[in-house]
Amino acid sequence: MTFSGLSLVAAIDAQTLVDAVGLGAVYALMAVGIGLVFGVLRLINFAYGQLVMAGAYTLAFTASWPVAGSIAACFGVVIALSLLMERAVFRPLRTHSPAVMLVTTFAIAFLLQSIALIVDVRDDTIGEPASSVAPLNQAVSIGGVDVRKVTFVAVGVAIVALGLLALLLGRTTIGLQMRAAAADFRTARLLGVRADRVIGFAVLLSGVLAATVAVILTVQNPLVAPDFALKDTIVVLVGVVVGGIDRLWTATLGGFTIGFASGVINGALPTDKSVFLPSALFALVILVLLLRPAGLFARGGGTLVERV
Amino acid sequence: VRAARDSVQLLGPAAVVAAVGLAASFASPENEIYFLNALVAVAIVVAIYVFVGNSGVLSFGQISFVAAGAFAAGVTTVPLESKTGILPDLFPVLRDHTIGNVPSLLLAAAVGGVLAFVVGLPLMRLSGLAAGIATFAVLEITHNLLREWTKIGPGATTLSLVPEAGVLQATLGALTIVAIAFAYQRSRLGRLLRATREDPAAAQAVGVGVHAQRLWAFTLSGALCGLAGGLLVHMLGSITTEQVYLELTFLTLAMLVVGGLTSLWGAVVGALAVSGLDSFLGKAEEGVDLGFTLDVPAGTRLVVVGALMALVLILRPSGLTGGRELSFRRRAA
Repeated sequence: MTFSGLSLVAAIDAQTLVDAVGLGAVYALMAVGIGLVFGVLRLINFAYGQLVMAGAYTLAFTASWPVAGSIAACFGVVIALSLLMERAVFRPLRTHSPAVMLVTTFAIAFLLQSIALIVDVRDDTIGEPASSVAPLNQAVSIGGVDVRKVTFVAVGVAIVALGLLALLLGRTTIGLQMRAAAADFRTARLLGVRADRVIGFAVLLSGVLAATVAVILTVQNPLVAPDFALKDTIVVLVGVVVGGIDRLWTATLGGFTIGFASGVINGALPTDKSVFLPSALFALVILVLLLRPAGLFARGGGTLVERV
Repeated sequence: VRAARDSVQLLGPAAVVAAVGLAASFASPENEIYFLNALVAVAIVVAIYVFVGNSGVLSFGQISFVAAGAFAAGVTTVPLESKTGILPDLFPVLRDHTIGNVPSLLLAAAVGGVLAFVVGLPLMRLSGLAAGIATFAVLEITHNLLREWTKIGPGATTLSLVPEAGVLQATLGALTIVAIAFAYQRSRLGRLLRATREDPAAAQAVGVGVHAQRLWAFTLSGALCGLAGGLLVHMLGSITTEQVYLELTFLTLAMLVVGGLTSLWGAVVGALAVSGLDSFLGKAEEGVDLGFTLDVPAGTRLVVVGALMALVLILRPSGLTGGRELSFRRRAA
């Protein structure tokens, strides 16, 4: 079998690009959710994907409800769960080292996934169909390219959400406080920023984003299983670190880029060529951590890495 | 007195491991597996402890070396007559040779050690969060390669027909790892590394090379992890790449955290306690008779272990043993 860069480029058509942009938009939303919490807490939340998973299950279990009710329930559950996570886990750990917090969220991720397994196997099968939101998955044909409605939703929601977030961070008091906390938490507190309020707000926003992602991903893949969004979260974490986790914008750009890139590569490469793609991705993470610890898109030094 | 106290720190953990081995040899064939599991858990957790406990640097990557060791020992001991049938794509040198049980364990240790040295050379410059993410990336890469590269192993299928070794090998293997871990932490190198854990800046100021010390420990830990992987594959007789991936990483980290990160005694206690709990719950998921029938839904095992790990991290970060070595002397308050 011959294979060259040229045939890769030739295999990229408009369809692949459209799907890749859709995936990039979803990953960008997840990247913002992870980056917001990291900014105020120095905490990389391994369990972020399990918030999305919980939202997806909510959609599946409320499949008989009207769509709006089902989506509202999804938002309610995910936001409640993320606030609970903040109160029960993040808050007691706030004074611990980032590494301890990372291990703890790793444990929480497994905990939530196993709870989902228990909830799911009631009928002895794994996987719950979420049918109520499925109609959004229908395609609209534009100039020969099938664009699923949810792709519009994903891209539209991503743009609106990022725009609102920019306004919030740039124009409101709480946004200013969040930026101050992300820059230097201790000094911000000395100057009267209330830690619990800022952290709570960041966690709330990241919960809203997780719920949004849950709806979009469930539309694309209506079969909900305990490892729902697990792979996506790992890939987004890669993107966030590669892009630069210290700044929200570089993290978001990193998330979008990795989603777009994996969409293009998976669409264009035959399966037997893309099996080693994860290795290449993770090798890139290691390289970035070693050579450009602040991230590919960031300027200046980062605080993620202490070197010896 | 001091010599006696020091020897307790080795003999205590060793005696506990030996007792588990002894119990395994008297257990019914049906229960033997639980004791074997516990022994291999001790082997893996102590091997991880050598790096994580002594250096204070988090690593999600040590299971990579367990995986490499397990597949190295497994692939090289599958009987020659079955090899071409079940592993047709192997490199000829792997396909046409088979070695004995003990040599395969040494090979597993060598593979783990070399791999850890190569990986550690650049990565040991990192600490904190970056070390956590980078070692996680190492785990993902190892898993991806083992799963997809059929020239070095079975790929995504199960590696089977690995000769099974009994209680004696698991016990001696675990004891060896405990003894090496003890010898290392008592050595000059071990003390230098522990100094960097307590205060990197001060250690550097008195001339300790943090990078070099971490690299030695990472390499030793990798070799012991490889050995533990060899013990694992010879206990199971068959293995898939999924068995040495995220769930094992989670379980072994939980064991280390629950026991107490910073002591050998903590690693042994945590491994035995969590492994025992895990085995019991695994059995309860299928229904266990305790006078009444205890039957819990599938998944309970990981819920309980995950909750326990999170609780210990939040409420008692130094673990069950408080991160201290075993001592029979009353502690001053």
